[in-house]
Amino acid sequence: MASAAAVAEHHEHTHYTTTGLDNRKVAIWAFIGSECMLFVSLISTYLIYKGKSIVGPFPHETWTAPDGHKFNAILNIPVTTQSTFVLLMSSLAMVLALEAVENTGKPGYAGKIRGNASFWLGFTAVLGMTFLGYQAFEFTSFVHEGLTIHTNLFGSSFFTLTGFHGAHVTAGVLWLLTLMSISMKRGLTQKDALLVDICALYWHFVDVVWIAIFTLVYLIK
Amino acid sequence: MNDHAPHADHEHEHPTWKQYKWVALILTLVTVVEVWIYYTPFKETPYYVPTLLVLSAFKFATVVLYYMHLKYDHKLFKALFTGPLIIAGCTALALLALFSHLAIPE
Amino acid sequence: MATTAATPTFAPPAAASYEQSGIWSWITTVDHKRIGALYLYTALFFFMFGGLEAGIIRWQLALPNQHVVSAEMYNQLFTMHGTTMIFLAVMPLSAAFFNFLIPLQIGARDVAFPRLNAFSYWVYVLGGTFMTLPIFFGNAPNGGWFGYAPLTTMPYAPGLNIDFWVMGLQILGISSLAAAFNFITTIINMRAPGMTLMRMPVFTWMSFVVQFLLVLAFPVITIALVFLLFDRFFGTNFYEIAAGADPLLWQHLFWVFGHPEVYILILPAFGIVSEILPTFSRKPLFGYNVVVYSGIMIGFLGFGVWAHHMFAVGMGATADTIFALTTMLIGIPTGVKIFNWIATMWGGQIRFATPMKFAIGLIALFTIGGISGVMHSSPPADLQQTDTYFVVAHFHYVLFGGSIMGIMGGIYFYFPKITGRYMSEVLGTWHFWTTFIAMNLTFFPMHFSGMLGMPRRIYTYDAGQGWDTFNMISSVGTAMLIASTLIFVVNFLKSRKSGEVAPNDAWGAGTLEWSIPSPPPDYNFAEIPVVTSRYPLWDLKHPERTAGIAHSAPDIMTITDAHAVPVHEETGHKTAAELGIPMPFNTVKPAIAAAALVGMFAGLLFMHQNKFAVAMTITIGSAMLFVGTLYAWLTSPLE
Repeated sequence: MASAAAVAEHHEHTHYTTTGLDNRKVAIWAFIGSECMLFVSLISTYLIYKGKSIVGPFPHETWTAPDGHKFNAILNIPVTTQSTFVLLMSSLAMVLALEAVENTGKPGYAGKIRGNASFWLGFTAVLGMTFLGYQAFEFTSFVHEGLTIHTNLFGSSFFTLTGFHGAHVTAGVLWLLTLMSISMKRGLTQKDALLVDICALYWHFVDVVWIAIFTLVYLIK
Repeated sequence: MNDHAPHADHEHEHPTWKQYKWVALILTLVTVVEVWIYYTPFKETPYYVPTLLVLSAFKFATVVLYYMHLKYDHKLFKALFTGPLIIAGCTALALLALFSHLAIPE
Repeated sequence: MATTAATPTFAPPAAASYEQSGIWSWITTVDHKRIGALYLYTALFFFMFGGLEAGIIRWQLALPNQHVVSAEMYNQLFTMHGTTMIFLAVMPLSAAFFNFLIPLQIGARDVAFPRLNAFSYWVYVLGGTFMTLPIFFGNAPNGGWFGYAPLTTMPYAPGLNIDFWVMGLQILGISSLAAAFNFITTIINMRAPGMTLMRMPVFTWMSFVVQFLLVLAFPVITIALVFLLFDRFFGTNFYEIAAGADPLLWQHLFWVFGHPEVYILILPAFGIVSEILPTFSRKPLFGYNVVVYSGIMIGFLGFGVWAHHMFAVGMGATADTIFALTTMLIGIPTGVKIFNWIATMWGGQIRFATPMKFAIGLIALFTIGGISGVMHSSPPADLQQTDTYFVVAHFHYVLFGGSIMGIMGGIYFYFPKITGRYMSEVLGTWHFWTTFIAMNLTFFPMHFSGMLGMPRRIYTYDAGQGWDTFNMISSVGTAMLIASTLIFVVNFLKSRKSGEVAPNDAWGAGTLEWSIPSPPPDYNFAEIPVVTSRYPLWDLKHPERTAGIAHSAPDIMTITDAHAVPVHEETGHKTAAELGIPMPFNTVKPAIAAAALVGMFAGLLFMHQNKFAVAMTITIGSAMLFVGTLYAWLTSPLE
């Protein structure tokens, strides 16, 4: 075992694992479990404070301020439905990106859009950025209409919850763009599938959190 | 090598575009239903919230099982996710109960 | 040659990890054994610092109406004593053991993510410094280790004190979380062939449960702290009563974290004791399965008892009852362990070496602490006990009598493995007995002063309320504790240099870490062993001890797949290069990333001094450094 050949052979070995699974995949699932508690804390606080704000604006009701100024219900369901749909579709694009990487070079994939990992990674990132654009629009219009992070309990808990989610989306977009640039530079193949898989798991989780937020914050009064 | 064997299983059991497009379609449809009932008188009934919760739980499960392929992966990942999910869910319910009008004494 | 044949000369293996020398090698290390040593030394320093804070507290309280320190400084002292002991001493001492021991116990060559491991340490030491320095400027956190809002919001705590606390804890949380993901992956995925989960050493099992407690509890306090941070810096309303906020939100979120936290503090010590007792009783742990399952139960149930810290806030009868029941329930798995430990010793061939003394000490003292704990579980009784010294007695019995005694035992037990030398038995015996007596002198009287109504967190008290004698005894005990700690320090330093040389198997133990040299070579195992029972080394050396427990034959498939061999003792005479084992590169990136992370938080502090531009420059600059370092780290190979 002391020869140079043995050293070289050893380097090409993937390390023995007890389960046959990659360490990074185990770690990302543990991370996702942890993130469940993070978002549960944020969502629980939002729900605890629902309906308890002393002053408006409110999410689903109009409010007349003491000085007579009338505020509409601040949440915009039609617009948020669109951004929800965008994020949902981004998960589909993500799944296709992983499929492309796993099937690199195979008939039916090579040279086709179906097999173009860079495209799908980039498209997922674009959809993610579109979602963020919607969030930015939503935040600025709320501020314009009189709801800021300090206005009331609703403002504080809403912006913190959706802000944390948005920060997670942003990190995900940066991750996707990094993978996309690696894909464009040297190409991603089957042996890189794990890297894309981990990113995908993170991305889908961020989508799943939004599913919860959309229902609990927007659709339930 | 130990690592290679699971990879082979991976490719056999992984869903393909055929299945994924159905998943995407179902998710879209459920979302459409959710938004739709928001605009109907159903919203004022006591069944509205439970229905929404069930629909969202269904979407949640679908994304986790299919997109995150938890259904097809090693059962270790199921354990790593469901344990924390249960604790998170119970904690959320407990907190909501503790702050509800049920708990706060007169 | 004058040496006797029986005494080995001190000859560290050719590839001892301490071969690399110089400060830079320590700053750039990714070796779990070195990182464990760093945690140990740093944590012992903070332990003594926290002890000094306690010393000043007890000096102040030795007599009625003293003014050794002002009320404000007193608040800082008890806040920092608690925060330091919990987050900067006990948790990192446990981390020292996680780091050093887990890979060795499972037959691995390192943890799953060595650089992340180093990152965890540097974040800890920088975060700990960040939170400790302010006391020298009279600006230390002063809101109690539990920082109840709204008391810690800007209107009531306008200075920088609480800012240091909030940010310090956020930073330390990141350190713990990163380490937890690392160890979860390591324990799941890097066990030697044949080591099923139910063959893992109990210390590794307890640590495994602790990692899950960490990853599930810390996010909750992260959010509670985010809310407080946002309230203090960005004017949000989470704890703003005038805006309709609920004064209990902080308490609930904090204790959802806080209760699992106490199990995080005790389970590693339980694990250590479960290694020491079988070794010095020369028989396997009694009821291994039960000990493991009860540990898992404690993990789960630990998330369902938190509001027993809030019995006096007025949650209502239903909530009180439910939490009282769950709290009483959790006493069962804990109590079960005590019986298993006693049964382990029963009928064994006991050897009262110093580690064994500390382990037995834990059993006795933790039981006392557990009894007062059960007394707290009844809301009506707790209404009298809460916020009195009775509670202080309880948690010091479980934390000092439990965690610290266990950790001390662990240090004596593993010192030979880490350094290659035994600690002095004579000094160890002195250390043990003075600690045991002093600990009881200090904390037992608090049961009485507490029952007689002495409140917590008061900086003086009037004479003649029946508390005077008890306080004096506690303060004398504290002085004795300081002396006993000095004995320990002398023992530690002296033994480092001239302790009796230790062989691989210093104590006749049965687990894998004792099959490799003391200290181990940087690659740990020259050849990964195949594990055939819970006590693989006893299978080899004392098979009569493991005759009654489950065994298996070595599995040919896993031997060839994993390049593993039957359990054997190693000499460590070859280097990693000679053996063809790739070792990870040293790298400074984790340390830089840690510094950048702390910088991000530290920058925010300037906002409270109206230096907005400075704050943004430091925070954003640090953030950019962090992201840049992260990119460099993730794109460079490990080995």
